[in-house]
Amino acid sequence: APKRYWEETQNATKKVEAEKSSDESKQENTDKEKKTDPFPGDAPIPEERMKKFQRGNKLEVPAGTRLKLRETLTRSEAGSDLAQNQSARYDLLLTEDALEGEEDEDTCTISQEDIAEAVDITSGSKHLLLGGRRGHVTCIEWQTKNLMCEINVMETVQDIWLHSEAMFAVAQKKWLHIYDSSGVELHCIKKFNDVLRMQFLPYHFLLATASATGFLQYLDVSVGKEVAAIPTRCGRLDVMAQNPYNAVIHLGHPNGTVTLWSPNQKEPLVKMLCHRGGVRSLTVDKTGYMVTSGLDRKLKVYDIRAFKPLHSFFLPAGASCLSLSQRGLLSAATGDIVQMYRDACGGAPVTKPYMAHRVRGTVWGVGFCPFEDVLGVGHAEGFTSMIVPSGEPNFDALDMNPYRSTKQRQEWEVKALLEKVQPELISLDPGMLGKVDNATFEQKHKERVEAVGYDPLAHKKFKPRMRKRGRSSAGSVEKRKNKVAHEELK
Amino acid sequence: SRSKSSVEAAPAVMAAEDNDEELSSLEDENVISASEDEEGSEDERKHTKLLEAISSLGGRRRMKQTERSEASLQVSEFSVAADGAGEKVELSDLLGTMEKTPGAPNKTKKQLKNLQNRKDTLELPLSKQETEKVFIIIIIYVPYFSTIRRTMQHYFQVILPLFREDEKRGEKLARTPLEQEIFSLLHSNSQPIHDPVLTPVEEASIKAMSLEEAKIRRAELQKARALQSYYEAKARRESKIKSKLYHRVQKKAKRRDFLKQFEEMVKTDPDAALEELKRMELSRMQERMTLKHQNSGKWAKAKAIMAKYDHSARKAMQEQLEINKDLTQKLAVPSEDEDEEKNGDEEAGALPDFVNDPEPILDPVNPWMRGKLSKEEPEPEVEASTEARDEDLEVQQQQEEEEEEENEEEKLLREFERKRKLREDEDDDLVPVPQEEENQIDEDDKDEEEEEEEEEEAEEVVSEFNSLFNRLMKSNTTPAVPDQNEGEELLDEGLVRVQTMEDLEALRKDRTNEANQEASVPATDTPTAPESASEPPNKKKRRRKEIDLKKVLTKQATVVKVPLAPTVLEEEEEEEVHTEQAAIIKEAFAGDDVISDFLKDKRKQEEAGRPKVVDLTLPGWGEWGGLGLKPSKNKRRKFRKKVAPPPPRQDKKLPAVIISEKRDASVAAHQVSQLPFPFQNPTQFESCVRTPIGQTWNTQTTVRKLTAPRVVTKMGAIIEPMSREDLVPKQKSNEAKRGAAILLEEKRERGKKKGSGGKRALNLYSQ
Repeated sequence: APKRYWEETQNATKKVEAEKSSDESKQENTDKEKKTDPFPGDAPIPEERMKKFQRGNKLEVPAGTRLKLRETLTRSEAGSDLAQNQSARYDLLLTEDALEGEEDEDTCTISQEDIAEAVDITSGSKHLLLGGRRGHVTCIEWQTKNLMCEINVMETVQDIWLHSEAMFAVAQKKWLHIYDSSGVELHCIKKFNDVLRMQFLPYHFLLATASATGFLQYLDVSVGKEVAAIPTRCGRLDVMAQNPYNAVIHLGHPNGTVTLWSPNQKEPLVKMLCHRGGVRSLTVDKTGYMVTSGLDRKLKVYDIRAFKPLHSFFLPAGASCLSLSQRGLLSAATGDIVQMYRDACGGAPVTKPYMAHRVRGTVWGVGFCPFEDVLGVGHAEGFTSMIVPSGEPNFDALDMNPYRSTKQRQEWEVKALLEKVQPELISLDPGMLGKVDNATFEQKHKERVEAVGYDPLAHKKFKPRMRKRGRSSAGSVEKRKNKVAHEELK
Repeated sequence: SRSKSSVEAAPAVMAAEDNDEELSSLEDENVISASEDEEGSEDERKHTKLLEAISSLGGRRRMKQTERSEASLQVSEFSVAADGAGEKVELSDLLGTMEKTPGAPNKTKKQLKNLQNRKDTLELPLSKQETEKVFIIIIIYVPYFSTIRRTMQHYFQVILPLFREDEKRGEKLARTPLEQEIFSLLHSNSQPIHDPVLTPVEEASIKAMSLEEAKIRRAELQKARALQSYYEAKARRESKIKSKLYHRVQKKAKRRDFLKQFEEMVKTDPDAALEELKRMELSRMQERMTLKHQNSGKWAKAKAIMAKYDHSARKAMQEQLEINKDLTQKLAVPSEDEDEEKNGDEEAGALPDFVNDPEPILDPVNPWMRGKLSKEEPEPEVEASTEARDEDLEVQQQQEEEEEEENEEEKLLREFERKRKLREDEDDDLVPVPQEEENQIDEDDKDEEEEEEEEEEAEEVVSEFNSLFNRLMKSNTTPAVPDQNEGEELLDEGLVRVQTMEDLEALRKDRTNEANQEASVPATDTPTAPESASEPPNKKKRRRKEIDLKKVLTKQATVVKVPLAPTVLEEEEEEEVHTEQAAIIKEAFAGDDVISDFLKDKRKQEEAGRPKVVDLTLPGWGEWGGLGLKPSKNKRRKFRKKVAPPPPRQDKKLPAVIISEKRDASVAAHQVSQLPFPFQNPTQFESCVRTPIGQTWNTQTTVRKLTAPRVVTKMGAIIEPMSREDLVPKQKSNEAKRGAAILLEEKRERGKKKGSGGKRALNLYSQ
């Protein structure tokens, strides 16, 4: 028969005591058994990793602060600490992989055929949009090679941009056109003419276009409105890139300068001289590196947060197309050769490429496939995809899921629209929103006057009403005016 | 007018409190000077004293005439201020004397002057009750509750109600010293005080089940869940059936079943039967209260019209009337037996609604758990029903016609049953029921439940509804039995698993070791901070204000060796050739030109950013003016307004960069422009805001902790306002302190570390 708790044996009661989590009993235990945890507390987190996830500096609460304030501050600090620790702790789960050559084997001499034999690629569907110089536009699922649509726009195609698989924009000879996935023309936007380059800012739903007439225009694709049109006064704009960190548009100019733009300012946020010759190509990393190549056959790496040059490389033929992958792998096309550079940005200066591949014609454009180890190369003879260890292996499915289904895509679209960042928030420092605006009242008032077009606080001048029967004679009007002035003086 | 004067005079007295000695002395002088009989004053006082003494001797006290010390111009001898003009004391009079007196301080004089100018009257004092209330709040409650409130604000989360029901009870139960001793003993041995029979140890042991047991338990639960879902589905299905005939038949069957059940109960358990009877009576009363069966409904009216021509309608009407009669019959308070006989019919109509509800089956004693559902046979039911019919003869006599009908209905019912059974069998096939379990459970229960077993065997034969209802009845009569059994079973498990507990501990230790080892493994390569890599290009450069042409774009380029030489394209299109050529030309002519252009641009920008000096000199003022005459240097210097130099440009030290100094007003519209309450400077606020709390940036646990609500209320619990009795003794005794249910991790920590607020907060999150 089962026993009740009061019938339990002595042995069991002893165990009960041992079970107690109170301090005293623990002390007793230690005295008895001398058993101590060799690794007390939580597992330590390496400092390097902690640094990686650091968010601003910790605030020391001075001694004299008020109780309420101290409470608030300590609470928030504890929260930040927790967030940082947790992130650093779970960084363990994010794994990485790279191409490793054998001993005394040059990784840049390994041919694509060898890699393709050794690698097996499986992934969800991804779309590839190709635009030919002579007006051929096609959209395919690049893994299954399923053709989604193929059209000929019968015009020169300058640039082409894919937002989601549902819609894509094509910059044609004169206007900007938008087609849907089956190749039906949805819009012809005549406000955007002579577009040469386009960039899509995914979190702002903005399509930024740079035109031959020197205009930088922003189109809000969620509402179909032109947000800003900035005359850059820098001539033909055919080099363009976006900074994924702060959604600032970088433009390269023939006088060797690179300018940074936001839709909120009519003048460049930053203008920097990068090359002696014109800028040929330009790409920006989300960690804060900018890589430019110019007609002076140099490849330069800049730290865009400090606007300082880090490295300068001399390429024999110069690089015509540049692209940075999610993990910081740099691809540079020189003529018909595509080169890859690893750690070109952060580490020591490189002397030779990580990988290299010769394609069949002059390269026109290179682009990394996100979350995949694939580089797409468009050249004179067609399109080639290369296997390169470039993609981010740890995607955030809440943000961008490469394996998403149609339903998930629809959900994502709604969510992304709800979380759309307003174009006003684009600035060099995306953390501006969390800072206190310490402008003076006068400054703010001035801005307000500029924005509204008149001074809302200005005193309205008294205008005497028109009265009949001779009471609006000059004398009486003057009298009335005086009266009001007198009243106001009081 | 007199009262007004006193009111006006009052502020003077009050405001000059610090000097009121002087003032009162002054007043006294005034009074005495006005009374005019200085000589006889002492005698008079003695006389009054004597009078008082005499009056105090007597039983009744005489109304005492108070001596007025108020300032007035004319003071009568009867110590009552006389009415009349010019009697009002003006403050100026007092002031006059003040000015005359040499010793009066200036401050007082000023105050008095200010008072003189004041015209508003004093506010009325609060009523006595109100003042008392305020007094109570201020003296008793405020200091007390403010401490509680302050401590509550410290907590990250407050769970309301603050005290669990049982805790409160526990506190209140322990009144006598003996009780307190018992409670403390129970507490110290961590034994439960209230309903939960299991000790914490037992609960832990239940949690630590071995694998097989866990599997068995899981299978049991699965089965229960499956059964539950079957019955839910079945109930849903049946409720969807629209056939009125079916429902009528069903209802009648239920009624019969119930009757039979009830008779059985009368034999076995008369108490329960009595209770059931009472319940039925109650439901009858409830129905009686409604207007059902009053022949006033739509249906009844229609039937009344049809009754002339339609036989069946007439019959229906008859039935309805019968029911109405039954319901409206006034009942003499009957004995049990009579009641049964008389109200047999009514009972049937008054089936409680819960009969139809699908019940969640969780009880292990429950017959449903045995998996013998499919064994039901319809025949005994019919037998039972016939038996029932035999037994209540009187009812039968009354309703012979009905009985015939019922036979037909029974046929129908049987058919329905059969169909249903077929369907059920199909369902049962879907879920395989492990036989072993059943045996095991049976064995376990055998000793204790022999009697029940017999009953259940009988029940299993009866239809589903019947047994379900039966179970309900049983739970009404003997609620304690199954609970105990369950508890004992669980206990049994606990005893067996003492060893597993040890195992569990060992396991836990192993796990922690593993975790530590994992952590001690050094981290894999982490990307170094780019800032460290980016060294300033040249320190000397920074010092100089002027930018040299040579120092722009002077970075030495490292030559990259490419294994594959680019093929020279021979056949190129004309356009490309053109662009290529243009590029070459530009490259040739570029060089310094580009750089100097850029520097010019930069200088221009700097100039534009510099504030201009405003010259306000007007020629011809204060000196000769005219053609060819310039205002003097001295004057120009005097009227030139210098503006403070702007903060240094951001690109001051970067020769090849122009950074725009324009303020971005568009972001400013979304920024915080006024510091929120507790913060004293912007850095504090910014540091508070710097960590995002959203899912995109944090782990799930972090988000949950950071966004936990400040106050959590338990569903359905009554949150009573804090009373003094609840909290005062708790603060005194340590034992009671434990009871407070402000459940916070912080609290747990408090015992160990008595650190500053910051430390506590840290501990809180680091769980």
